[in-house]
Amino acid sequence: MIVVGLLGLGNVGPALLDTVATSVREAFTADIVRLKEGPDPRYAWDDHRGQHNSEIILRRLLAEAPPDVDRVLGVTSVDLFIPMLSFVFGQAQLNGKAAVVSSARLDPTFHGFPVNPALTAARLSREAVHELGHTLGLTHCIVRACPMSLATTIAQLDAKGPELCEGCRSVLKEKINRGLLFLSES
Amino acid sequence: MNTNWEILVVDDEEIMRESMAAWLREDGYAVEAVASGREAIAAAKVKDYAIYFIDLKMPSGIDGIETMMEVHKIHPEACVIIITAYATVDTAISAMKEGAQEYIVKPCNPQEISMLVARIIKVKNLQRENLILRQKLAKQYNVQDILSKNPKMHQIFQLIKEISGLRSTVLLQGESGTGKELVARAIHFSGDRAGKPFIGVSCAALAETLLESELFGHEKGSFTGATSQKKGKFEMANGGTIFLDEIGDISPKLQMDLLRVLQEKKFYRVGGSEETEVDVRVIAATHRDLQTAVQEGEFRDDLYYRLNVITIQIPPLRERREDIPLLVRHFICDLSHELGRPVTDISEDALRLLIDRDWPGNVRELENAVERGIITCRGTSLTADDFQFLNTSGNGKKEWRPPCNLPLDEVERQVIIATLERTKGNVKEAAGILGIDRSTLYDRIRKYGLPR
Ligand SMILES: [Zn+2]
Ligand SMILES: [Zn+2]
Repeated sequence: MIVVGLLGLGNVGPALLDTVATSVREAFTADIVRLKEGPDPRYAWDDHRGQHNSEIILRRLLAEAPPDVDRVLGVTSVDLFIPMLSFVFGQAQLNGKAAVVSSARLDPTFHGFPVNPALTAARLSREAVHELGHTLGLTHCIVRACPMSLATTIAQLDAKGPELCEGCRSVLKEKINRGLLFLSES
Repeated sequence: MNTNWEILVVDDEEIMRESMAAWLREDGYAVEAVASGREAIAAAKVKDYAIYFIDLKMPSGIDGIETMMEVHKIHPEACVIIITAYATVDTAISAMKEGAQEYIVKPCNPQEISMLVARIIKVKNLQRENLILRQKLAKQYNVQDILSKNPKMHQIFQLIKEISGLRSTVLLQGESGTGKELVARAIHFSGDRAGKPFIGVSCAALAETLLESELFGHEKGSFTGATSQKKGKFEMANGGTIFLDEIGDISPKLQMDLLRVLQEKKFYRVGGSEETEVDVRVIAATHRDLQTAVQEGEFRDDLYYRLNVITIQIPPLRERREDIPLLVRHFICDLSHELGRPVTDISEDALRLLIDRDWPGNVRELENAVERGIITCRGTSLTADDFQFLNTSGNGKKEWRPPCNLPLDEVERQVIIATLERTKGNVKEAAGILGIDRSTLYDRIRKYGLPR
């Protein structure tokens, strides 16, 4: 079983983290280890952009990841970007160890809609499964309802279901069978 | 779909190029990232990338536009996307004039860039599919399909390569079964028309009126049975090649129509009043000696000269006997597989028997014989017994009997006529075959009053 270390970065509600933990556990039949809360990611702040650089957060997560987890997933409420793009919902290392997701743009209030914590949590869960999927070597899926499909808009994100499609599951199974995913045991 | 495409990201800023590369990798592309124009050019020398993302402003060394121009020198078709900041958009627009496919202003909306990449890759996929299809087709009718060790045949292969890219009309002359259609296909599929239709028509097989409508199409009601408008083979072959087999057998009327198409690239449908224009390469073939047909007034000389731009004379199989073992083994391999028989070989004496025959039906007849042999063969190797049918089906060397009801002079006369026909009137060659001096042959020609 894959061991995923999960941690909030700065001020992240425990209920949100619980929902993410449950979704990730179910999607990957993973073992979730709740790690100690990480520091507020102000170290990744970019004055010019007025956002946080997710690449820098990712590098720090990787540097500080405990050795006994296979993957580490950081959850933050700050808005993320990479230099090329105006924003990202999250970022991961393909076939790597670390992933980060942000609830900033997944919160309906960001787009002028009423508060809806359940909706935010559901979206964040999809995004968390998506980015973790990347760390497990999955690339974008053409099945729209699959969490591994590419979502650059909220509408695309909301079209996703919680479960990986059959295709992605079989790719993952193949990787697990070949022992490609376990870093902590190797 | 994406996995086989490689993308190169060129940016001096490490976080910028690595995060961009990572983001594209998540889409399934193989992405490499380099820090300078110089490195980009070096990478482009090693391989071509589906997309080059190049940052416009790189402080040290070569800038983005220069990098793009160098990449274009290596890969003229390379797809370059210039990355620019808002302040330098004007420069990026001028980069478009220098051949950039697109420019993007960073930071870019993720949806915009994913759609841009998807659009480019879609085109690349289509181009690749077309290429693969063309290669497949080209392979299918490669000159290699015409097996030969014969120097004359090798000259033909060379000629096919040389003329495949031209639009000129080609005339193929050779006995039936020598593979004229195979040569026509090889010409078509090794040229730049390979992706377009190759349409074959046998002119001998159809009555004149039917052939006319077959070639040029017809309008509804133009003759009994023409219940709807129909496209002709010339229209179907538009952009490609039409292969007109047995051209020597067409009527004077059709000869005239054909001449018109060759001259003006236009024709009327049967019963039509409007001209149809086409771009078609014509490859014509005949087993007849068209030059003689012209002399005898059976074939229009103007059409003959139109067709006779490039002529390929395909030798009969008996003039390239050295190819028979090669062909036989090829047919055994192909046909035993196709017929589901375990035949893999042929005995010495069976092969000898096949080499010694004259094969008036040429390669096609040989292929049919091998097929029949395989069907009756009881072992894994063809024996002379398996070709017994050849001795009873005529034309074989063995059952030839000299006529025994003619004066000797008449036999001599006929043998000389036949030999001269075969050498197309070449006295020197005929004398060689007959084993007599040239002057002796001239004497006989005079004696029998033979035309030369
Ligand atoms: Zn999927
Ligand atoms: Zn993704």
